[in-house]
Amino acid sequence: MSPTVTALSILSGIVAVGSLAGFSARFQHKMDLEQWTVGGRGFGIMLVWLLMAGEIYTTFTFLGASGWAYSRGGPVLYILGYQPLAYVVSFYVFPLVWEAGRKYKLQTLGDFFQSRYGRTYLSSFVALVGMIFLLPYVQLQLTGLGIIVEVASYGAIHRTPAIIIAFTIVAAFVFVSGVRGVAWASVMKDFLLLFAALFLGFAVPHIYFGGIRGMFAALAHAKPEHLVMPGATKNLGHAWYVSSVLMTALGFFMWPQNFAASFTARSGKILRRNAIFMPLYSITMPLMIFVGFTALLILPKLSNGDLALLTIVRNTFPAWFLGIIGGAGALTAMVPAAIQILTAATLFSKNICRPVLAPRMTDTHVATLAKMMVLVLTSGALYLAIHSSVSLVSLLLMGYAGVAQFFPGVVLGLYTKKVSATGIFAGMFCGVAVVAFLILTKRDPWIGLNPGFVALCLNFAVVIAVTVLHPNRFAQGEDGFPVQVDSQTAVLQ
Amino acid sequence: MKRPPVGAIFLGLIPFGAVCFSVSLWDRIHPIVFGLPFNFFWVILWLLLTPVCLFASYRLGQPWEDETPSDPDGQN
Repeated sequence: MSPTVTALSILSGIVAVGSLAGFSARFQHKMDLEQWTVGGRGFGIMLVWLLMAGEIYTTFTFLGASGWAYSRGGPVLYILGYQPLAYVVSFYVFPLVWEAGRKYKLQTLGDFFQSRYGRTYLSSFVALVGMIFLLPYVQLQLTGLGIIVEVASYGAIHRTPAIIIAFTIVAAFVFVSGVRGVAWASVMKDFLLLFAALFLGFAVPHIYFGGIRGMFAALAHAKPEHLVMPGATKNLGHAWYVSSVLMTALGFFMWPQNFAASFTARSGKILRRNAIFMPLYSITMPLMIFVGFTALLILPKLSNGDLALLTIVRNTFPAWFLGIIGGAGALTAMVPAAIQILTAATLFSKNICRPVLAPRMTDTHVATLAKMMVLVLTSGALYLAIHSSVSLVSLLLMGYAGVAQFFPGVVLGLYTKKVSATGIFAGMFCGVAVVAFLILTKRDPWIGLNPGFVALCLNFAVVIAVTVLHPNRFAQGEDGFPVQVDSQTAVLQ
Repeated sequence: MKRPPVGAIFLGLIPFGAVCFSVSLWDRIHPIVFGLPFNFFWVILWLLLTPVCLFASYRLGQPWEDETPSDPDGQN
């Protein structure tokens, strides 16, 4: 067999087994909307952990981190910095989100804004912004998947057809299995990724430099400036690091899919315990970064940093091994993409379409519409992936800058009664406008700072100013949620 | 509105100080520790120490934790 055939058949075998794990989950549970979107709200610590890990370890972990280590150097430290801090934020915020979720039967981020602030314009805006900024994240997975198939086929399959084939599978997968299937498929994905990261992180530096120590000694000798900030860039210095770490740590659980994952837990306590251990899972990140650094020393002339990890695997190991790594990478792209698409589709049908266009839709219709949106959104991301060439990390930072703007609405909404819907809307609107302006006009970073962080500061300031000018008028319960929104809730109180 | 105790919040701020705000103190190559440049050693160390801070905060927050009202549907 030619190396192309060997690598590709192993890769497809892994993808097929992973998809089957997802499909089989369907037959154990009746798929209504509650089951499809939040798994019937009955996940224990293991499944929640797996689902969150499934959402967190994406192509970005696999190719993006090594790619930035290769092309940017020191600034890649921001990835290691923000991850533990994101869990710290979730530790304090998520149990409260979960409690609100159970009390008011929430399924999405839009539902949260709807029941906390009682304003449909606000929750529809949140859903729309969430959907728009999920697209670059799905696009990231598609681009990564394209890179994997391209490198694993030794260049025989071009990126565009590869992306199209793989995403047909993803769309089918989301369609059939919903969130429970995705959680089980991510079991396999996480084992493979863990294996790949542990093996490559130690083996690749060992083969070329006798170990991680030797690799860093060589790099510190050849390019010492690459190892500290701003590395190979001109403007990603310490101010950029602090602002990016803060923005991503606060924005991490504002991703609609990460936020909704909290509703799948059986209790708030499970979420808090989960947050304690999650930072340990990030230990795969530095290993991927070490592979990127090794690639820089061995293959210094790659056109695109995101190719670094797979190219060095291809040049170092036999074809069947490239197939395994490629399969792990492919699942790492498919599972998060499935979750992201699922979330965006549910946001659209539940928080935009039903309240704004067709208030009398039943849950069954919402579920059907959500499934149709799966196709629409996947095609949208497909279009973007084929027509753009931004690096994986830049795509992620763009999405983060957008979703971080939800942070004031969520945290102030849970921790104080005072903020008003008008204030939150005005702040979020200004924040998103600033992000769009700075990124579209290529002012990233802006005066050395992350644009999402600049927007978030403005967002907070506007929320406070508008709340003072236009305070809350409706009656609120103990938890700050308006009492008249839901008659059932009012009775309970 | 329920809020965690001040001590529990303080424990959560320690990792922010360690890996975020103090960046200019530790972003350098030397001293090399366990073969890692100092900046990489430092952030990796905090991947391990952050769970310690959160666990301590979890213990401190126990009374807060137990105030969670019982489940009306009896699912817990």
